[in-house]
Amino acid sequence: MAGSGTAHLRDDRDDIVLRVEDLVVEFPAGRGRKVHAVSGISFDVAAKETLGIVGESGCGKSTTGKAIMRLVPLSGGTITFNGAEISSLRGSKLRALRQELQMIFQDPVSSINPRRPIGDVVAEPLEIWGHEGDTGSVVDKVLYDVGLDPEIARPKRRHEFSGGQCQRICIARALVLDPDVIICDEPVSALDVSVQAQILNLLEDMKERYGLTLVFIAHDLAVVKNVSDRVAVMYLGKICEIASPDDLYQGPSHPYSAALLSAIPLPDPTVVPDTVALDGDLPSPMNPPSGCRFRTRCPRAEERCAQEEPLVREIGPDHYVACHFPLVGGVAPPAGSTPVGVGSQR
Amino acid sequence: MARRRITAATNHTDTPLLEVEDLRTSFRTPRGRVRAVNGVSLTLERGRTLGVVGESGSGKTVLARSIMGLLPRSNVERTGTIRYDGTDISDYSQAEMRHVWGPEMAMVFQDPMTSLNPVMRVGRQITESLRYHMDMDKAEANDLAVALLTSVGIPEPAKRVREYPHQLSGGMRQRVVIAIALACGPKLLLADEPTTALDVTVQAQILNLLDAQQRERFMAMVLVTHDLGVVAGRAHDIAVMYAGKIVEKATATRLFASMRMPYTEALLESIPKLEYRSHTRLASIPGRPPDLVNPPKGCSFAPRCRYAQERCLEEEPPLVPADDPGHLYACHFPVGTEAGREALARNEAEGRTPAQDEAEVSIVQPAGSGA
Repeated sequence: MAGSGTAHLRDDRDDIVLRVEDLVVEFPAGRGRKVHAVSGISFDVAAKETLGIVGESGCGKSTTGKAIMRLVPLSGGTITFNGAEISSLRGSKLRALRQELQMIFQDPVSSINPRRPIGDVVAEPLEIWGHEGDTGSVVDKVLYDVGLDPEIARPKRRHEFSGGQCQRICIARALVLDPDVIICDEPVSALDVSVQAQILNLLEDMKERYGLTLVFIAHDLAVVKNVSDRVAVMYLGKICEIASPDDLYQGPSHPYSAALLSAIPLPDPTVVPDTVALDGDLPSPMNPPSGCRFRTRCPRAEERCAQEEPLVREIGPDHYVACHFPLVGGVAPPAGSTPVGVGSQR
Repeated sequence: MARRRITAATNHTDTPLLEVEDLRTSFRTPRGRVRAVNGVSLTLERGRTLGVVGESGSGKTVLARSIMGLLPRSNVERTGTIRYDGTDISDYSQAEMRHVWGPEMAMVFQDPMTSLNPVMRVGRQITESLRYHMDMDKAEANDLAVALLTSVGIPEPAKRVREYPHQLSGGMRQRVVIAIALACGPKLLLADEPTTALDVTVQAQILNLLDAQQRERFMAMVLVTHDLGVVAGRAHDIAVMYAGKIVEKATATRLFASMRMPYTEALLESIPKLEYRSHTRLASIPGRPPDLVNPPKGCSFAPRCRYAQERCLEEEPPLVPADDPGHLYACHFPVGTEAGREALARNEAEGRTPAQDEAEVSIVQPAGSGA
């Protein structure tokens, strides 16, 4: 299947914290139809690593994050966390898992209870898990760590804070249980550029201080590049490309990654904006295209792309792509040259 | 109803299309008067794009709405003059503005999810203004609506006019909003954060579309955004707003080549750039914009500025011209000058700026490196 395959999983490493294999999430859409939100993706995250997941709205990146948290029902695949399979956990065992696995959501304001003081909001995870000892001092420390004055912040409610401060509170709430992994689902897309920079720096600091492993989901490749150690590009429920952020920027191999990169507005008036931006919208996930799912918008699509789904394969050191006709060094290889990896399959 | 229509007869091609002079808009609130726009003057020529940039709460949306006359009816005070095509429209009533909206100026709003009527077909929302302003009959208006949807790049437009907004994606809806704004052929288009709610790829599409339409129709455009990257390649001129005032204004190339205002510099530096290696620490602007009920004395950016000196806390810098014609800035210690370099060096030597208490985390060092 397009974008499937497990060539990019690092079986040789023993510090893999989170491993997702052939994850499938489908939602019923009535009359026997299904929304194919996530269609067989695999990835792994090593300890203290940040995996960035990037793609347009509707590509399944948020569903992937929620599936790891087990907030949506899985239709297939396995999720392994610290060596234990968690995809079939239920009830209290599943709830206990969330002490280790926390999430930060996109809209910081609506993810805080408007009627409770911030001190209570941040202390709640501790109360639920019967934290022994001084809850107050733990809350104060974590509020201080995220850059808020605990004395001032604790009695206030969310409407007294700006968007950026609310996101700090959400980060504090996620940190208070000292989790291993935090899933950040578009944590900065609702914020101003200036505040975005503050929150990104804060996440990097917290990762360092609390020894966190992060899954960072966003639609802005520049933001993802800045925080990630490895980036996975998703399109319509599939993985297109997975690489280190610097490699991905230097030489995107998948035409979709290249299109995403060219769509970022550059703060430089001497650069003429790219007018060959990606056309059209994402196809419906209820009826995804055959073969490679990107072929309907791909400038390089050929007959083969409709017939055969490309598998994820290695095209460079720690650089994997799912495409029949990948770009070389960010540009199309000269006509007539054999696409990498095609010869072996014929 | 007094009919002061702006007709073709008043078209003075030698006067600027839009002149705003000392515009002040304030809102009465229980806490006091919020001065959202506090003395803004600008001119816009035909066929040019002005980018208005600033953080949330800098007054850029209120500026656009003040020009459009789309302010709430009560608890608002607007002073200053707005001249459109040589005609003073600042005291126009809502009834009079109705003849301006559509054929003269139109607006594209931030959120395409909420700016369309959810229970009205897309086609009818476009034809509404055509039938009102252009005296078209149903069939004519419908044909034009289809043509407009084609021109904004919507596939199968004849089918789409019969659909409701919920049947369209976010990008499609924003295209419909643009089609509605363009329907009566406005000479001035105000786009208020037209792409903030959209994906990067769709953002590029919508900006390209606005660009093409503007060139084709020789419209003037005001593009309001918080992202300097969005206006860099698209606007001819850029005005940077902070706390209800324009703090720097220049042509786009000039602004990026030799910015004078520390706020502009800080805004630009806070954008994560693709050419940075991953895990580069971003320069953020500490703190948040000032309270517009009780703005601080002196320069309103001083509390967050790394160039700030004692003088900035006392004396508000006026908007003064730089060496290049058309470049204005409001700063006592501008970036890229001897005074600015000295001010920064002094603050770095001190480890703090005069605006900060010693207890506060230093803003001269990158945020977060302490503590």
